[in-house]
Amino acid sequence: MKKSVILGVATVAGLAAAAATAGTVDDVKARGKLNCGVSSGLAGFSLPDANGEWQGFDVAVCRAVAAAVLGDSSAVEFVPTTGKTRFTALASGEIDMLARNTTWTFSRDVDLKFEFAGVNYYDGQGFMVPKALGVSSAKELDGATVCIQTGTTTELNLADFFRANNISYEPVPIETNAEAQQQYLAGACDVYTTDASGLAATRATFENPGDHVLLPEIISKEPLGPLVRHGDHEWGDVVRWTLNALVSAEELGVTSANIDELSAGTDNPEVNRLLGTEGTLGEMLGLNADWAASAIKAGGNYGEVFAKNIGEETPIGLARGLNAQWTDGGLLYSPPFR
Amino acid sequence: MSDVSFVRTEMLPEQAPPASEVGAIGWIRHNLFSGWFNSILTLVSLYAIWYVLSGVLPWIFQSVWNANSLNECREIMIATWGSTHGHACWAVINDRWLQLLFGFYPSHLYWRPIVSLILLLVALAPVLYSDRVPSKMLIVTAIYPFLMPFLMWGGTIWGPIAAALGFVVGWGVYTLVSKRLSGLFGMVAGVAASVIWWLVLSSYFVGALDSILPIGIEAVQSRQFGGFMLAILLGVVAIGVSLPIGIVLALGRQSDLMIVKYLCVGFIEFIRGVPLITLLFVASLLLNLFLPPGTNFDIILRVMIMMTLFSAAYMAEVIRGGLAALPRGQYEGADSLGLNYWQAQRLIIMPQALKISIPGIVSTFIGIFKDTTLVSIIGLFDVIGLASAIRADTAWNGIYWELFAFIAALFFVVCFSMSRYSMYLERKLQTGHH
Repeated sequence: MKKSVILGVATVAGLAAAAATAGTVDDVKARGKLNCGVSSGLAGFSLPDANGEWQGFDVAVCRAVAAAVLGDSSAVEFVPTTGKTRFTALASGEIDMLARNTTWTFSRDVDLKFEFAGVNYYDGQGFMVPKALGVSSAKELDGATVCIQTGTTTELNLADFFRANNISYEPVPIETNAEAQQQYLAGACDVYTTDASGLAATRATFENPGDHVLLPEIISKEPLGPLVRHGDHEWGDVVRWTLNALVSAEELGVTSANIDELSAGTDNPEVNRLLGTEGTLGEMLGLNADWAASAIKAGGNYGEVFAKNIGEETPIGLARGLNAQWTDGGLLYSPPFR
Repeated sequence: MSDVSFVRTEMLPEQAPPASEVGAIGWIRHNLFSGWFNSILTLVSLYAIWYVLSGVLPWIFQSVWNANSLNECREIMIATWGSTHGHACWAVINDRWLQLLFGFYPSHLYWRPIVSLILLLVALAPVLYSDRVPSKMLIVTAIYPFLMPFLMWGGTIWGPIAAALGFVVGWGVYTLVSKRLSGLFGMVAGVAASVIWWLVLSSYFVGALDSILPIGIEAVQSRQFGGFMLAILLGVVAIGVSLPIGIVLALGRQSDLMIVKYLCVGFIEFIRGVPLITLLFVASLLLNLFLPPGTNFDIILRVMIMMTLFSAAYMAEVIRGGLAALPRGQYEGADSLGLNYWQAQRLIIMPQALKISIPGIVSTFIGIFKDTTLVSIIGLFDVIGLASAIRADTAWNGIYWELFAFIAALFFVVCFSMSRYSMYLERKLQTGHH
């Protein structure tokens, strides 16, 4: 019984995937709305505010894509997804793209038949410990109890790290970040490990954030980015180059403050190509000439989006770190707009 | 001679009982301190109650109601009581209570769910208190299933009218066919006519009338539904629809018709053998894969169907318990009166079987109502989902107890009312079979 159901689902999934590849760009334009899958609540990345408006770093990517395709950054239907439902929602066509702090891995890209459009946040797994523990490096954590979310890549990374350093630990399995905070504060574990951005956000909400330290070791690579279905390359290009446009805009000094002025034409041909006053880049994507300008106006360039949602001025207080432009020693490197 | 020393000729006046046997002292002596062991238990219990209340009451009442973030709450607590320990920050409820109740429903349309709720009570009154409310009110009950979706989702008024007309069409065909042919043919033809009307014809009907006479109110997307409103909506639909389906399934399971019987048994056992969360995942994920791409099958409708089927299977077993408890003589008595199957069920069997099953039925109702919170796992924003979303806001990250206490209070009010009503109903229907 069970086997036949799974086979049936796989068959239908294959059919659905084949049928759903016909032009997401046209679908979105015809619908007049972008269906964008986001997290149902992750501080700084995606959350509904008191008025039900979606805010956050991942949400900004959705808004930029909607602005590029439809010219309206509010033409987005946000579909909250959980860790369990996100991939099926994308594969079944319920959502056009997924921007839900999803790590780009080999198996997700190849085996699950998705296409990552780039990286909007370079994350990595870190450790948080109480200052009173007197630990300054993760390698001193021999014998520690560790709060760890089950069923995630972080669980596997943790096992790899401790085995590679030949030290032991005792896992305390937990289900959600909220539960982890409670357990950690109650002293059920010495160490809490998850993505460094999550640790920073968690620590910011503690009563005495100064009593807890993040250890310097980052034990994994977690490139988080938006993804689309495999096989619809036109749509993949739209999402990829919208993200690149935000990154390039920061590199070229195009901000939401000066974009109207620059859109009138500048001496820099790359800025002109980006903003559509020169060349036919928009037409090649099947979009309007000012597609990138609309995307940048939606929430500003990459740096502005970062600063507004998760930057050092916000309670989450993340430094740019790896997410700085390549010219500043980071990893953000957009291919040229030519 | 004989010496009769004393014979009382009048009754002594009654004396008040000893002070230690009556009043508060007597009650305490009898109930709390009737022996050394009970006295110790009483003292231990009193200490336990005091210990809990001394922690909980200050937490509830020495609390902060006005603040914009958890940190501001903590500052106020430190300024007022010198510590943040043992004080609630109700400011989060103050800030977000409308969202917890209504989800993302547009705030200028809040009157619509409120009116729906009030009408629900009006529609339920003639059913729940049939002895006190005039039965003419049943008209409201009949209209309500069509009025409620119109109020909640909005859109054109012709949609619910078309849905109601489906029943009229079915009834018309049934009476027409059953006069010419047999009743069974009439029933089949009636159901078929309704289904054809709903699936094929009604969309043309709605489209045509909407273009001629567009009457309607602002439409609200299912994605905007949420909060406690969603729990009540799902709960009311699942409860209201599962009872009749459950009765039919229970009767079907005892039927002599083999196909009917095994269909009912198969359905009941399959649904009861699968966890509700699995059915919800099927509703939210697998159906998407089965349906052709681009089909927009409303997510809340899908969840409603699954929850209804789930509770109907349990309901069927509860009612079957009631049927099994009836003495065989009741069935034979009905037969000896010459009643046919449906008359016997309606007049003799069901009134007794349902009365026996009331506690079980209400338990199932309460269970399915609380199970509505599971929808947070498939990404719908019910109260639990909203609590996580509120915690994702940096202003309120780290707040747990206050949100869950509020949610618990909401659920307690509804579930406790259901439970009290079932006890009232049992007393009312008590006809003295001991």
